[in-house]
Amino acid sequence: MCRIADEKELQELIVKYSDKLARKFAGNDGKKHLVVCGGTGCLSSNSHEILVKLQELIKEKGLEDKAEVNVVGCFGFCSQGPFVKIFPEDRLYRMVKVSDAERIVEEDIIGGKCINDLLYEDPATHEKVERQDDINFYKKQKRIALHGCSMINPEMLEEALGYGAFKGLTRALHMSQQEVVTEVLNSGIRGRGGAGFPTGRKWQFALDQKNDTKYVVCNGDEGDPGAFMDRSILEGNPIGVIEGMMIAGYAIGAQNGYFYVRAEYPIAVKRLRLAIKQLEEAGLLGDNILGTGFSFRCHVRLGAGAFVCGEETALLNSIEGKRGMPRPRPPFPAVKGLWGKPTIINNVETLANIPYILREGASEYAKIGTEKSKGTKVFALGGKVNNVGLVEVPMGTTLRELVFDIGGGIPHNKRFKAIQTGGPSGGCLTEKDLDVEIDFDSLVARGSMMGSGGAIVMDEDNCMVDVAKFYMEFICDESCGKCSPCRIGTKRMLEILKKITDGKGSLQDLQDLKELANATKTNSLCALGQTAANPITSTMNNFENEYIAHVVDKKCPAHVCKNLMEYKILPDKCVGCGLCARNCPVQCISKTDQPTARNPKMFIHKIDASKCVKCGLCMSNCRFGAIIKQ
Amino acid sequence: MALVNIKIEGKDYQVDSSLTVLEACRKCGYVIPSLCSWNKGECSLASCRVCLVEVKGARGLVASCAYPVNEGMEISISSQKAMEARRTSVELLLSNHQKNCLQCDKEGHCELLKVAELVGARDGKYIGAVTETTIDELAPGLKRNTAKCILCGRCVEACKKAQGIGILGFENRGFSTIVSPAENRSFANSPCMQCGQCVLVCPTGALTEQNDIPKVDEALKAGKKVVCQVAPAVRAAIAEEFGERIGTNGTKKMIAALRRLGFYRVFDVNFGADLTIMEEANELLERINHKGVLPQITSCSPGWINYMEYYYSDLIPNVSTCKSPHQMQGAITKTYFAEKHGLDPKDIFVVSVMPCTAKKYERTRADQGHDGLDDVDAVLTTREIAKMIKRAGIMWNRLPEDEDWDQDLLGQYSGAGVIFGVTGGVMEAALRTAYFALTGKEHELIKFEQVRGLESVKEAAIDINGTVIKVAVASGMREAKKLLDEIRAGKSEYAFIEIMGCPGGCINGGGQPYVKPLLLPNEDDDIRETYRAKRAAVLYNEDERQQIRQSHNNPDIQKLYADFLGKPLSEKAEELLHTSYVNNRDRFPRKK
Amino acid sequence: MAKLQPQAAKQIAEIVERYRNEETPLMMILEAIQEEYGYIPLEVQELVGSLLNIPVAEIYGVVTFYSFFSLTPKGKYVIGVCLGTACYVKGSQLVMDKFSELLNIKPGQTTEDGLFTLDALRCIGACGIAPAISINGKVYPKVEVGNVANIIKEYKDLEGIA
Repeated sequence: MCRIADEKELQELIVKYSDKLARKFAGNDGKKHLVVCGGTGCLSSNSHEILVKLQELIKEKGLEDKAEVNVVGCFGFCSQGPFVKIFPEDRLYRMVKVSDAERIVEEDIIGGKCINDLLYEDPATHEKVERQDDINFYKKQKRIALHGCSMINPEMLEEALGYGAFKGLTRALHMSQQEVVTEVLNSGIRGRGGAGFPTGRKWQFALDQKNDTKYVVCNGDEGDPGAFMDRSILEGNPIGVIEGMMIAGYAIGAQNGYFYVRAEYPIAVKRLRLAIKQLEEAGLLGDNILGTGFSFRCHVRLGAGAFVCGEETALLNSIEGKRGMPRPRPPFPAVKGLWGKPTIINNVETLANIPYILREGASEYAKIGTEKSKGTKVFALGGKVNNVGLVEVPMGTTLRELVFDIGGGIPHNKRFKAIQTGGPSGGCLTEKDLDVEIDFDSLVARGSMMGSGGAIVMDEDNCMVDVAKFYMEFICDESCGKCSPCRIGTKRMLEILKKITDGKGSLQDLQDLKELANATKTNSLCALGQTAANPITSTMNNFENEYIAHVVDKKCPAHVCKNLMEYKILPDKCVGCGLCARNCPVQCISKTDQPTARNPKMFIHKIDASKCVKCGLCMSNCRFGAIIKQ
Repeated sequence: MALVNIKIEGKDYQVDSSLTVLEACRKCGYVIPSLCSWNKGECSLASCRVCLVEVKGARGLVASCAYPVNEGMEISISSQKAMEARRTSVELLLSNHQKNCLQCDKEGHCELLKVAELVGARDGKYIGAVTETTIDELAPGLKRNTAKCILCGRCVEACKKAQGIGILGFENRGFSTIVSPAENRSFANSPCMQCGQCVLVCPTGALTEQNDIPKVDEALKAGKKVVCQVAPAVRAAIAEEFGERIGTNGTKKMIAALRRLGFYRVFDVNFGADLTIMEEANELLERINHKGVLPQITSCSPGWINYMEYYYSDLIPNVSTCKSPHQMQGAITKTYFAEKHGLDPKDIFVVSVMPCTAKKYERTRADQGHDGLDDVDAVLTTREIAKMIKRAGIMWNRLPEDEDWDQDLLGQYSGAGVIFGVTGGVMEAALRTAYFALTGKEHELIKFEQVRGLESVKEAAIDINGTVIKVAVASGMREAKKLLDEIRAGKSEYAFIEIMGCPGGCINGGGQPYVKPLLLPNEDDDIRETYRAKRAAVLYNEDERQQIRQSHNNPDIQKLYADFLGKPLSEKAEELLHTSYVNNRDRFPRKK
Repeated sequence: MAKLQPQAAKQIAEIVERYRNEETPLMMILEAIQEEYGYIPLEVQELVGSLLNIPVAEIYGVVTFYSFFSLTPKGKYVIGVCLGTACYVKGSQLVMDKFSELLNIKPGQTTEDGLFTLDALRCIGACGIAPAISINGKVYPKVEVGNVANIIKEYKDLEGIA
């Protein structure tokens, strides 16, 4: 795109591309538009090959003026990918394979028919659903942060401009810095990265600092296991995040913005860099943007695999080329941040909300959500739930809606046990919390937190002590090692949890665990340490019986902890086929001399518990349900 | 300086607004246990979590070492919550600490033990795996034991601040974190100058000097004639080891104590210092007169020599070839002294008592000996000799003060030798002698005030018979580097440069008594700022008390040259008193 | 320790130059070296340190802090098994164990022939397709224990190894 000199030129382009995009969605340009998901999940399932194949076929069959194929960002519903969507019908094909491309062109594009077996099937009703908006997963969603994701080509500035980009910034540029900060304050938005600190107040602190050099940092070091909204946003609409950063830069008086993105997100990084380059060429980044005198540059820095760098002061140290160890506060980054200058650090999702607030107005934004938590929140719904993926819902949606309506409930008719929100720093919520309206404060009040929005569902097969151990292992691995309570405390807690899951724990260990959990919370330097024990505290509060079962009865009620469970073959169900014995990696399954009930020539099998390594292969191989855990 | 009103335990105080809570409390008479905190945040700030206190209105507990005071602040050190938190932090540290205190060289100086006592830590409260341990005993000067390290980061900062090379750093992450030279190598296999500044700040036994007391014991047991020679700076600090205030002159009591330890002779290395000046001043004149390589740089600090060989070996031609004073004196002891007394040099065992850890290394260098014998057989630090004195049951404060150094060939010394122990001292001593050599007159002002003081880099211009000689003095490699880079760039305008490895010179050497505010309740709050000046004053005062103040006027030196060496830089002097250096020393030799 | 070859030293210096104008470029430089060479040995760190005037112990500290950096050469194919929550609850540990068994190396190690390195990854954000693994950046969705042998074979075939 050539250089855009002023706002008038920009407005003209916005009108032009908006019109083009609207005609595309509505089919008014006489073409069918196919979009293929280009998110990490779908790309790993060959969506790029599907895209190429579709393009080839259209060319081959001379359909260029009847159909066009494009890549778009993440659909969010990753467990069902790869997706191909067709406009104007809004028809969503899921789990598409390269071999399906031919059919899509032949039957749908040429034949005009909907291919039923590629449509989503509702797990409850087993009915096929054609349109994306009719799928339960999407019904209750409201897309603000995910704006543009799965709609526009994230590598084309034109499409972004046609889909609302820079309307927020241009409005901001007509306001004073204080007015922009006030607008953000009034919107009520709180930081999406963790503790939910009001974004506007952060901006106000930074604006109040008298300094010629200030920075905006975008925290894209998304590290909570199970959360991937930041990646999807950066992959699906990088320009939206950049616009958010520019508004922040204008508001506080910064000239430079730094994106800190995990190196594990190569596609996000590539699209972000491309977007920056396009914006620079268009004059939308750089000096004297649109002739307004506002200058802003974006830089990309990569995280190198340290969870703690999600903590804002550790992140700053990392950009400064140091070990990612948090700094004591005060001084706060808004006063003394990157390279000692006033700095605001906002999470990707937070910045992705900002253009909406400026475009639609604070009051419009504040209409969404609960009294103290405004707007929407993106959750990464995962674990034991039917519909796995990213969902953006208004604050105040209940857990029940999230898990059962959007998530489609628990697979295999298992019983819901808990949902872990907030990743390793959060806690678990149970049955009794299902009707709680989710917002920052309601989660904290129940011993968990919003965190970045990971939401992992657990069913009756999950052992909560094991879950606590899993998170503690993670935290212990990712502790930076700077402060002693976190460095040593998490290690000691992990040791105790291992002892308990090994069946060697005592009631005294539970007492020690509580004390250590409390000490790590009060004594640690940064939020990572202060919240490190949350998974222990919340599982102990909610599932104390399970802990007691482990230490007193030496049993794991969910049959997960290997030392506290065993596999057993039910003699009355065993048909003596020997499949389990053949697959056993340690040859601990043997024939007995007892014939089976069904066939006197076949013999019941038996597991030698002393040799069994509890890998569970026998159970998953048995076709007769004759092997159980107990 | 703005003042703020604060409350500690409900009592009102006024303190300077620039202070941290920890500093303010100390000023007001409260000691908050702390480990990582060190002078002006030269540490991994707020990492040990031992100094937590309650501050009204703050979110959670506050690390007092990093938290600034503000108007109206209400602090509680003794709240149950804060006390329990501090205790748990210490107990956790102890659970990953090797607690064999009796075998620890920091015994009696361990801040962790002190803090454990202050918070009432319970032994063995938490037990579990310990971080994989590295014990490095390969280097002659320093030892490192990661099992005792609490990761306070003071040594990391000390190395960077003093020497600007940053040998030590944090390595790995989380529970595996250790402090080590790159690749967890031995000090012996890293470009470490073994100055021991890290040892001085280490709160535990993680960093210590090599213990050479057993070597001395062995020699005494074997009936060797053990000659003890003591460096100037030792007297300025040794009394601290026996509970005296910093700045107390310990010369006389030290001499009495050493004599009671059974040494054959007790000598002052000041004699060696005078000898060094004779050689070094003449070397300088030689260079000036014959258009040799200038500036000449002093060579008596072995830490500096190590550094030079690793990083600036292109400047070897500038470095004086003189051995350091105690090595010279050792060489003379085993030749001249032995000859005069009809002793077999093999029966003589020379022990140097030094403020220095790098001297332990220097002693082992290839050409620091003669006829198959080392010039010096063992080097003890000030701290080690104090241990030997204590071990012998000697009560320091009852020692007599009327005994003197043995006056036996190597007994006399000048005031010039005394001031070797402080930065600028060697320069001043050399100028006194050079001035005489060039003019035939003594300089009227014996003090060269321009090179005194404890600033890191100082310079002066001395008019000698109309010729102005520019000289410079630096201590600590971070500062010295500036002078060295000038020479490298061909822009140095100096004739003579004195470089000392440790900031402030030998009075602040890595083998000197620890200056740890937590363990020194009777010293002033600013003792970390003032201790060097206090020790330096001891040496300058002693210089002023001397009758003879120039090396060339020391009669024993004159006799040594007349009877044995001939003249400075003679063939014999070259053989016994001079050395050579390693070009381009491998910074990371293969691991042993 | 082997000294750096002049050619390699020149390339490292070029990488340093590429980022020299950035503020505090150490991480960017190390990332580029890691990307280019697959590891960052001590002699390279020393060179970078001397060019940027940063103590080598500090660089070593940075390299050992971030899991993305490696001190030893990685295999030609780096197999990363995601052990994030979503993958873990869907059995990625078993997938890891299988790779470990078949390649006869522990996580973090490289096979003797230098072909494969096995790494444990924290969440790679591919939770929708758990359990996921990544080989040289290519993500494999929904990997089961039974697929592991085939995946290894795919790469051995590429190399013409039976």
